[in-house]
Amino acid sequence: MGELVLLKNYRPDRPATIDEYRRSGGYEALTKAVLTLKPNEVVKQVKDSGLRGRGGAGFPTGIKWSGVPETAPFPRYVVPNTDEMEPGTFKDRVLVNADPHLVIEGIVLAAYAISAQRGIFFVRPSYEMDAELIERELEVARNAGYLGDRILGSEFSFDITVHRSAGRYICGEATAQINAIQGKRPHPVKGGPHMTEEGLWKRPTLVNNVETLSCVPYILRHGPDCFKGLAKSEKGAGTKLYTVSGKVCRPGCYEMPMGTPLSEIIEGPAGGMLPGAEFKACLPGGASTGFMSKEFYHTQMDFDPLKKAGQRLGTGAIIVFDRDTCLVGVTLNLIQFFVRESCGFCTPCREGLPFVLDLLQRIENGEGEESFIPMLREMASFMDHAYCAFAPGAAASVHHLLKYFMDEVQEHISRKQCPFKSGGPSVEKREE
Amino acid sequence: MLPKELKERLQKQIEENEHPREEVVNVMYAVQNHYGYMSDEALCESASLLGLTPLELEELATFYDFIYREPVGRFVIHACDGAVCWMFGEVSVVDYLCRKLNINMGGTSKDGLFTVLPSVCIGYCDYAPAMLINGEFYGHLTPARIDDILEKLRIEHCTLVPDR
Repeated sequence: MGELVLLKNYRPDRPATIDEYRRSGGYEALTKAVLTLKPNEVVKQVKDSGLRGRGGAGFPTGIKWSGVPETAPFPRYVVPNTDEMEPGTFKDRVLVNADPHLVIEGIVLAAYAISAQRGIFFVRPSYEMDAELIERELEVARNAGYLGDRILGSEFSFDITVHRSAGRYICGEATAQINAIQGKRPHPVKGGPHMTEEGLWKRPTLVNNVETLSCVPYILRHGPDCFKGLAKSEKGAGTKLYTVSGKVCRPGCYEMPMGTPLSEIIEGPAGGMLPGAEFKACLPGGASTGFMSKEFYHTQMDFDPLKKAGQRLGTGAIIVFDRDTCLVGVTLNLIQFFVRESCGFCTPCREGLPFVLDLLQRIENGEGEESFIPMLREMASFMDHAYCAFAPGAAASVHHLLKYFMDEVQEHISRKQCPFKSGGPSVEKREE
Repeated sequence: MLPKELKERLQKQIEENEHPREEVVNVMYAVQNHYGYMSDEALCESASLLGLTPLELEELATFYDFIYREPVGRFVIHACDGAVCWMFGEVSVVDYLCRKLNINMGGTSKDGLFTVLPSVCIGYCDYAPAMLINGEFYGHLTPARIDDILEKLRIEHCTLVPDR
């Protein structure tokens, strides 16, 4: 499985303690950084490591960090983002519960790199037990001198508080999250100065996914090249948490080299398909990515190889569907999710997604017509004109359904019913 | 009206934060816990504590999934209907819960104990189908397991409140 960066202290029954974390080299990177490195040296190492954001967008982390100008005003903030609410995504929950101090060390290192004073750990309501765990371990870190005033006797002071969300998917989007913390309605914000210049309370703010931040201690301990060398793909870096769910034998969260082929993830740690189930498709990175059909089964799960294949890595949340799962039904479920979670701020999303939902519902009910297909395609394309990335993400499954599984859509229309609810799809198609 | 002790604790919490509006969600949770839901009275009291207008707070209270503007039961069930739970819900968890409790989605059982709310992915896809009850997670649900969970909660509640 290769070297583990993030889950090496994983235990099935409880989180690693601070002593267990220290015994595995924990907090060495922080000690080295605050006592011997300048903040810009930390940024440089992260930049050299090729680390890219694991929250979905894949933006180079070092470049994001260097977006905080040296002359920027204080206080500066770090906002570790654990607000994963996309179907199929649960890696941050596993990570926080496996090794909370790894996450804390990553956050403090990011704070040191941009000279931040305060961290705000944003946690979704269904992870309340994790919020309590983080609060407890923050106190442990504080007592051990890794957090608070003059960390490890250096000039650097930084502390973290936990911010509880009251639950909406859009809060996972960085600008919406900043609004949520400020007690405003969490709408995304487009344009204007970048958050690394003007974010929370108009001060420089770094919003990073916790998996991204948790890679940083390794980079500083072992060097950027070592981190790069962990990946399997040509331009990839590090390892990746892949969460596998759906029709596999062992659903779960697995750390593998970045760029591991999909087939190796499914047939390896995920234990292969359930008995009697045959792989039909998967969503490679959560609900806002499109269907990956069997022709991509051996594609490397990394940003660039997937982009080349017309897919997106997203959060690396792999949802596996078998031949007996109706993909019109899946798409309908996904669009229901996005319709419910749309903040309603802009028209394409507010009006367009319910329209898509209606068309899909009618197709699934056996009331579909051929003319619905160009309408679906057109409505899904309109989502590119929405205010934020939520709506284009919602449209991804529709685009891919029409691109790779048109036969399934057409069978719904021609048979005037869902073939999966009436004896399964036609024999010829199953034998393909 | 909020008890004096709770009011003072929240006032202190708000004052101690450099940016009082950061406490909006915490205050709403605390006040909601006291009243059982975000009643109009709770909303006005929360707004007043935070120095906001009731309308400003209403904008938030109605946006968030875990703030309830209508009365809810003693146990709030967030039944996940995300794609993975849906895939494993041959008899959908949501449908089963509603039938079992004889309510429609969003409704509260006659005994006032259970409210069922639909919930987008709750982040336990590896245990699908799953649900939360008062924030606590239950996975690998089957109709029989749901029956057991509901029964256990009923018994525990009756033991706690014998005269009910």
